[in-house]
Amino acid sequence: MEVTMAGALNAALRDSMREDDSVVVYGEDVGKLGGVFRVSDGLQAEMGIDRCFDTPVAESGIVGTAIGMAIYGMRPVVEMQFDGFSYPALDQVISHVAKYRSRTRGRVGLPLVIRIPYGGGIGAVEHHSESPEAYYAHTAGLTVVTPGTPSDAYALLRESIAFDDPVIFLEPKRRYWLKEDLDLPVTAPPIGRAVVRRAGTAATVIAYGPMVTTALEAANRAADESGIDLEVVDVRTLSPLDMHTLVSSATKTGRALVVHEAARFAGYGAEIAAELTERAFGYLAAPVLRVTGWDVPYPSAKIERHFLPDADRILDAVARLLEY
Amino acid sequence: MGDPVAHDIALSDEQLRSLYRLMALSRRVDRQAINLTRQGALGVFASSQGQEAAQVGAVFALEADDWLFPTYRETVGTFARGVDIVELLALFSGSWHCGFDPYQYRVAPLTTPLATQALHAVGLAMAARIRHDPIVALTFFGDGAASEGDAHEALNMAGVFGAPVVFVVQNNGYAISVPYRLQTKASSIALRAAGVGMPGIRVDGNDVVSVYGAVRTALDRARRGDGPTLIEAVTYRLEAHTTADDTTRYRSDDEATSWRGRDPIERFSGSLREAGLIDDGFVAGVDAEGDAITARMRDSLFDAPAGDPREMFDHVYATQTPLLEAELAILQQELTAAEETA
Repeated sequence: MEVTMAGALNAALRDSMREDDSVVVYGEDVGKLGGVFRVSDGLQAEMGIDRCFDTPVAESGIVGTAIGMAIYGMRPVVEMQFDGFSYPALDQVISHVAKYRSRTRGRVGLPLVIRIPYGGGIGAVEHHSESPEAYYAHTAGLTVVTPGTPSDAYALLRESIAFDDPVIFLEPKRRYWLKEDLDLPVTAPPIGRAVVRRAGTAATVIAYGPMVTTALEAANRAADESGIDLEVVDVRTLSPLDMHTLVSSATKTGRALVVHEAARFAGYGAEIAAELTERAFGYLAAPVLRVTGWDVPYPSAKIERHFLPDADRILDAVARLLEY
Repeated sequence: MGDPVAHDIALSDEQLRSLYRLMALSRRVDRQAINLTRQGALGVFASSQGQEAAQVGAVFALEADDWLFPTYRETVGTFARGVDIVELLALFSGSWHCGFDPYQYRVAPLTTPLATQALHAVGLAMAARIRHDPIVALTFFGDGAASEGDAHEALNMAGVFGAPVVFVVQNNGYAISVPYRLQTKASSIALRAAGVGMPGIRVDGNDVVSVYGAVRTALDRARRGDGPTLIEAVTYRLEAHTTADDTTRYRSDDEATSWRGRDPIERFSGSLREAGLIDDGFVAGVDAEGDAITARMRDSLFDAPAGDPREMFDHVYATQTPLLEAELAILQQELTAAEETA
């Protein structure tokens, strides 16, 4: 059966709520409306207003109350409506969500999930296309997950809700309508595991979230147009990062590049490049390259295609990698 | 809103004596903590002197299963709630950020980012309401923290969800050095309650019976399912913001002297003596108890061991990550090398 990523996320929320009555879903417009992307569609009608409800427009309040709920033994799953509106909650995330277990010497963990639709490519107005993953990945105590496929969206969200620590769950909003033929419920490799989406030999393309589809498109074109056999690795969990899978792939192919929409400078790709350099230096025939958005504020809709990495930009970088 | 109003609720003689005892012990604990800071056993301390009635009166109204969400200003209120004083002072001694088990006492860690904990109290109260548990969350914040966005979000969300939570604002007149009149043009912080659809009450925060009465009324109301209340307890911070602060730069001796004349403990003990509820013998007994507690503070906090630095890796996640395992191994090498050279 064809399932979209939004549909898979909706099913994951519903199945988790049916299985565990401590799971509550709340945020802005997630109740009656079912969320602006309809990810919580029908949950209030089925589960009742105590289990899925709308809040005032107060992102810090949404995350701050989720902390109190989690202390009391609930498993809140809260939504930040858009990436660009998640910032008012950063104080709660950095000062409390990330630190509570450590602060209390392991006595109080916070089993909560903060869902954030992120990334561009949907022709949105300002503040609706941001990629804030590095802020979260840089913060000790957070687990940061981002699916690239509908089956991962389902399985990783189910696992995040059942997880004993707080999870920042980044949903690539331009892939909400990406379809996959699958029968729910599906299982997938756990949080903390990267997977090889396409096996190859010439070079490793490392991607996550919205760029997994783009990386696979580039790999297919490289094969079709130039006979270049690229390996594509989907990171899936940004923190903790599965370096083992990345090192194995880069060691095998001898060349690697990282793709993300977020700006390059001090971005997530720099961490992967540095780690690969430290751990696989002797196996690399070329420096690890980064294919990213530019170091500018996210541009307006009519020019965003010039900002976003696409298959062409990835293939240009592959050509540079192979020249070494 | 005008002048503070009195909220008396009948208290037994025994309860009145308990209030005196807790306030007097609070003062002893606070003074000892300041001395320990001067002697280097604590890194810093935020005194509650002058605010004992506001804190003790509020927590005294709680039931056993209720939750408390304090800030760094509420050391004595948290002590009066029953948290072990040595565990409680871990934040200031630097042995661990939170030294007590929140679930043991139903008390959240002393919070330093202002007003953030008010939202935690609201969330816990919302959860209790969903579970149909008859418990209430009480949170403190100050007149300074009242300017934070989280204070407004907490009040508003508590109102919207009818959360069983009681907000106690200790208006001690200062946000470190900035006086109340430069923090808000409103005559009272309790006025904000009207803007979020809940009762707002202003009490004399140096009158322990008034504070108790107002908080008890608000707790009963919340427990009945009638929603949250904002209580402003008007008081004064007799000591500096913390041991690192210098009050001479921003306020006059006259002002502090005038408030010392309204000392909540002297005032309450005077009325209890007049009523014949306490005498020299009772006061001496409380003093002896204070001697024992402060002696234990000195014994436990002087030269307390720093703890095992490897523990910083133990509680970041429920399951250890490869990254932290690798970093712990490096720290272990550093520790081993340091031991060998020592």
